Amino acid sequence: MPTRYCIVGQGVAGIAAAQAIRAADAAGPITLISDDPHGYYSRPGLAYYLTGEIQRGHLFPWREQEFQQLGLHRVLGRAISLNPAEHRLWLANNVPLVYDRLLLATGASAVRPTLPGSDLPQVIKLDNLADADQMLALARRAQSAVVVGGGITALEIVEGLRQHCRRVHYLLRGQRYWSNVLDEAEARLVMQRLAAEGVRIHTHSELAAIEAKRGRVAAVLTTAGQRIACDLVAIAIGVAPRAELAQAAGLAVARGILVDETLRTSDPDIFAAGDVAQVFDPRAGKALLDTLWNSARSHGHTAGQNMAGGALRYVKPMPLNVTRLAGITTTIIGAVGAGRDADLIGIARGDSELWRELGQALVAEEEHEVNRLRLLVGLTTLVGAVLMGDQRLSRPLQRLIGEQIDITPIRSQLLTPDAPLASLLTRFAEGVR
Amino acid sequence: MTLRDLLQRDRDRRTALVTGQVTPEAGRCVQCGICTYYCPINIDVRRHAWLGQPVQESHCLTCGECIARCPRGVLRFERIELFVP
Repeated sequence: MPTRYCIVGQGVAGIAAAQAIRAADAAGPITLISDDPHGYYSRPGLAYYLTGEIQRGHLFPWREQEFQQLGLHRVLGRAISLNPAEHRLWLANNVPLVYDRLLLATGASAVRPTLPGSDLPQVIKLDNLADADQMLALARRAQSAVVVGGGITALEIVEGLRQHCRRVHYLLRGQRYWSNVLDEAEARLVMQRLAAEGVRIHTHSELAAIEAKRGRVAAVLTTAGQRIACDLVAIAIGVAPRAELAQAAGLAVARGILVDETLRTSDPDIFAAGDVAQVFDPRAGKALLDTLWNSARSHGHTAGQNMAGGALRYVKPMPLNVTRLAGITTTIIGAVGAGRDADLIGIARGDSELWRELGQALVAEEEHEVNRLRLLVGLTTLVGAVLMGDQRLSRPLQRLIGEQIDITPIRSQLLTPDAPLASLLTRFAEGVR
Repeated sequence: MTLRDLLQRDRDRRTALVTGQVTPEAGRCVQCGICTYYCPINIDVRRHAWLGQPVQESHCLTCGECIARCPRGVLRFERIELFVP
């Protein structure tokens, strides 16, 4: 009898798992369950959909034919209950599905605030395509919008809304943006760029309540007593792994679903991948969360192979994201910061907890008008870097940090004040090919 | 720009056409589709990025539009030696 596979979640982790299963097992039926009616699309691409750089239809990487080639049975529905002992999963319509191997790739969802007015229909988040559609529909009619939160998603929303609304206000609880990943100079670059684009940044401003008029958002009130008139409020204060199903079924769950290096949960026939999985990180010596697209894809691939009988071990790469912060292309790799950011609860999207695991390291910096490089220099290797603007060093840095290449020959030069870091690193990286 | 410059640029472009190809690094790609959207001849560059395969399509103009538009530095132009066995 063929192995029956079931995958809950149709993000990149679920899709990568389905591909890996089918590559190893041509016959086993694969059921792909998702409660997102839009199916598989590029979640990071929503940022470019909001700014109008791409059209909605381009968010979908796969055509129907590609799903058919994998022989996937796709089900639209929400998995509400799981019985690992019976190998059964129930959907909201109470129909049980029997599986031999199950993957939980349920992702993460936005943390909702519990403030007065936060349940109004014009208080929005950015979890999925439906949220992006709603945001665009509201923004096109709005004069003024308020964005609250931190990390990459908050800026994606700010930049998206800026294309459609006359006034965009961005509330920051502290003095600067993303204080546990960016340093002061990097945050200043981002905030200056936002201000130049017309975004009104309110530092030391915490949302206290959302005021309504005739059932619609009319203004926000801050704890400092400021009132900002607006038509919509976008919240990006972090995401939480959707681990409820696993938790209720008795699987080991901490912040996310705990998995071993084969992506197996505490039940040998159940795997977890993507934003919901909390994976052991050998560098940090503990299990961490990642909300990066490529981590999710790699998780899915590993889990899929192992569901089909493989014994693949997931080797967690150095977390990397190349993203745009207020229009400045930025590479973030390795450990670059520490502590908490008051604007976020837990983790944001496009984020890695390892970025905030910075231990002993010296800082080397090079800054030009719009380009900036910050290196975190360990005893023999680079432990992390933030590169803003010109991205020619992005790939060499990825290699030097990702492969933990010994930088002893140039370490003292890197730490010399006003050292030409970019040229030193470029030459060094070319020499260690 | 002089006629000589124009001719040189055209020569460079043609040289690139026969000796280079767009090569993705799958690990950086988030499948946003900007590359495919901006390709003037509708090559599904994103598909190549998913598969980690160079754009080996005879129709590719090697115009570099996908490389320039990609917000994450996924694509680069890589020289290939067509006639090396």
